[in-house]
Amino acid sequence: MTEEPLPAWSLPTDAVERIALPEAWPGEVTREWAWGGATGAGVRVCILDSGVETDHPLVGRVQESIAISIDGEEVIVEEGDTAGDLCGHGTACAGIVRSLAPECELSSVRVLGAGFTGSGAILLEGLRWAVEQEYDVINMSLSTTKQKFASLLHELADTAYFRRTMLVASAHNMPVESYPWRFSSVISVGSHDQSDPFAYYYNPAPPVEFFARGVDVEVAWTGGGRLVCTGNSFATPHIAGIAALMLSKHRELTPFQLKSLLYLTASNVGGES
Amino acid sequence: MNDELHDAVAAGVLGAEKNYRELLQSIVEVARAIFHAKASSIFLLDEESDELVFEAVAGEGSESLIGRRFPSSNGIAGFVLVSRQPLVVEDVLEDPRFSRETAESTGFVPKGLMAVPLLHEERVLGVLEVLDRPSDARFTLAEMELLGLFANQAAIALDLLQRARRAQDTLADRGDLAVLARMAQKLEEGREEAGDAFAFLAALEKLL
Repeated sequence: MTEEPLPAWSLPTDAVERIALPEAWPGEVTREWAWGGATGAGVRVCILDSGVETDHPLVGRVQESIAISIDGEEVIVEEGDTAGDLCGHGTACAGIVRSLAPECELSSVRVLGAGFTGSGAILLEGLRWAVEQEYDVINMSLSTTKQKFASLLHELADTAYFRRTMLVASAHNMPVESYPWRFSSVISVGSHDQSDPFAYYYNPAPPVEFFARGVDVEVAWTGGGRLVCTGNSFATPHIAGIAALMLSKHRELTPFQLKSLLYLTASNVGGES
Repeated sequence: MNDELHDAVAAGVLGAEKNYRELLQSIVEVARAIFHAKASSIFLLDEESDELVFEAVAGEGSESLIGRRFPSSNGIAGFVLVSRQPLVVEDVLEDPRFSRETAESTGFVPKGLMAVPLLHEERVLGVLEVLDRPSDARFTLAEMELLGLFANQAAIALDLLQRARRAQDTLADRGDLAVLARMAQKLEEGREEAGDAFAFLAALEKLL
């Protein structure tokens, strides 16, 4: 790539060469091309949740554990959080990502556990922090219904999208307005009931964009335990893990391209499951 | 408010609370029956104390649990409340911490549970849980949909219950709206001389 700044707002003819893609996509995009041989190595995945139990055999190494809290107006970012996982949910999500992308780098940003009051604001600040850290993928198996956070979350989701951070968020299976999964700059995920972790479907009737494995999933839980769980919360890290595989093989992918690749390789599009 | 009016309004409000409690109870009874579960419960979020309170319970551990409280971020119910995501947990495999936490929040140690947030408009009012479905029945997405439908009903009932309680507090001279009850009482007592006050209130209503 050239050292000249890339054209941002317009494209004169003599600049076309400068936006050439580093790699041409094949005529038929296959899963083999998308992530064949990939392990997730070099990809940073953030679990924005209830914390992650660090020494769980299904989770493996956790690069960093951060806890976000709010004291009055002040946002407190505590690095080296030792509280682990306060309810098991974050550990479950981390274990699923690890099972699909065994060599990815996992980090935990804990935004839950301090009670209900203020939980929406902590979620927002946790996401802001995670976006600033420029993780490649942020798994968000949670949402807020508070209207007052919607526009700020929307801005953050768009910022992430333009900074090449893919936000993967759980959709709601209830008729309520909640965020950030409804925004088009995130990948929203619902559940299918098949057992293949690599089976995923593109939904031509959004706002839910993809369906992944979310029923009777054996997951990591606190105390080194395992549980069988159901919920969109567990479908989401399946897509996050597959996204990590794709990014580890094709480092240059933007969130737009990543979504396109997920579409082209979905089980109901061109992907074999 | 004169005694008759007070009594009339109070009778309505008190009756309403009783009815809404019965409605909640019937929702957990039906949820338990439909899912062939051992128990089902509804928790109300008490925002002031940041706690979840047992509001209705059907099946194992029932009566003694009503009114019991625990911190709003505890365990599965806490996660469901804060994350707004429904969750089904089955086949608890040897996890003492899980067992202890769920025992605290359910009254017994279940093998599995389904928990769903109770959402009304943008507010989250509480959590509905269904405990120990038959262990041989595989959980299906259709059951998740059904659970969501129940949650809607429970959320509406909880909202009505909260409204009835606020109305009761107002009548009992507590809460932010107590001033309205006192004003109504004064106006009722001095109806004939209250022409200006009524005109002022009509203007205030227009402004609001």
